[in-house]
Amino acid sequence: MTLISLKVNGEAKTRDVEPRILLVDFLRHDLGLTGTHVGCEHGVCGACTVLFDGETVRSCIMFAIQADGHEVETVESLATDPDRLHPIQEAFWDNHGLQCGFCTPGMLLATKELLTENPSPNEDEIRSALAGNICRCTGYVHIVRSVQAAAASLVGEGEEA
Amino acid sequence: MKPAPFEYHAPVTLSEALDLLGALHVEAAPLAGGQSLTPLMNLRLARPAHIVDLNRISDLDYVRVENGTLRVGALVRHAEMGRSDVVRRALPVAPAVVPFIGYPAIRHRGTVVGSIMHADPAAEWPCLALAFDAAVTLARSGSTRTISADSFFQTMLTTVREPNELATEIAFSTRFDTWGFYEFARRFGDFAVIAAAVALRTSDGVVSEARVSLAGASDRPLRVPDAENAMLEQPLSTESSATAATAARDAVEPLEDIHGSSAYRRDLVGVAVERALTQALNRSRGA
Repeated sequence: MTLISLKVNGEAKTRDVEPRILLVDFLRHDLGLTGTHVGCEHGVCGACTVLFDGETVRSCIMFAIQADGHEVETVESLATDPDRLHPIQEAFWDNHGLQCGFCTPGMLLATKELLTENPSPNEDEIRSALAGNICRCTGYVHIVRSVQAAAASLVGEGEEA
Repeated sequence: MKPAPFEYHAPVTLSEALDLLGALHVEAAPLAGGQSLTPLMNLRLARPAHIVDLNRISDLDYVRVENGTLRVGALVRHAEMGRSDVVRRALPVAPAVVPFIGYPAIRHRGTVVGSIMHADPAAEWPCLALAFDAAVTLARSGSTRTISADSFFQTMLTTVREPNELATEIAFSTRFDTWGFYEFARRFGDFAVIAAAVALRTSDGVVSEARVSLAGASDRPLRVPDAENAMLEQPLSTESSATAATAARDAVEPLEDIHGSSAYRRDLVGVAVERALTQALNRSRGA
């Protein structure tokens, strides 16, 4: 076991880990953050996407030990108030951007990264940014619509501020 | 799903890493981006007893232009190749190819050198390494050797690297005047069914050097001398591109898999080479 220290959703965490523990399993089992989903477990489906030092990564193909000294943000970081969803979550809710919800944590974080880099993406840009996140329910049409709605809402929020 | 147990090493200098690989030999696997190795470990297709994590060796994270080459250190991620000004000026094909490599989350972690070492015959960097006459630096404790991409790839997922060696760098030649890259995949970001890269030098519109390479057409990334020879000493034109594309199609005997039969892939080779050459032609005209 090796002691690692990292920041998760802004909070410092220190835990003993076995080197082979994947980051996603560490988040779920050791930290109890079960919002990040374990899908394909070999880097294909995107359900386990988290932000690592601010950039999306697949937490099922990284070891927790590699996150020592780094910063991780999970889907739990989005809504800071339990009664109020993040605008991206709100947009997915309003536009039926999820059915079973399994892929949603990855979709939300990939969307957050896209909209940070490109606040008003067109449909092609949305589809290409989310191409690595597989959804077996929606057929993607509502997801694309949700991202467009989130973009509009976040741009609007920026103007108000 | 859990990888088999392993001992983890996180050296901070190259010499420490090389000492570890020298001592542990076949028991150890170097880990950079981990976008190929970790899935294989999850599936227990790979079960190294030791992992030598390179991510804390900051000396391996560089791109620089030197002696007519773009030198890319072992920790340079795909995403960096897409956004670096140094890369764009020296090797403009690189940022054009990056969007074809996996997805954003993969590109943030995966490395160029890691992709070369994984040596998937359908991957983009090994294909570019051949077209752009790249050389890979393999280091071991006390010595290094530099191997041309032409003699680097042996078969599926296999290179000339010895177990005590670490690939520290790949250097792409920047001597080419024009280039093209075309890829066909079933879903954007997937491995290529077929991709073609071309790098050309021209003098007064006549091709003086041609390199044509393919991904997905064999058990390794493949150069196609017949297509290259069809271009040589010819004016770069639609006609010479079509001739070279036919030569490429006739020269390959692609493997079959679920994504395409051999005949289908052979047809795609012709299409991909012609489209890559058309890009090169348009670029040379400043279009």
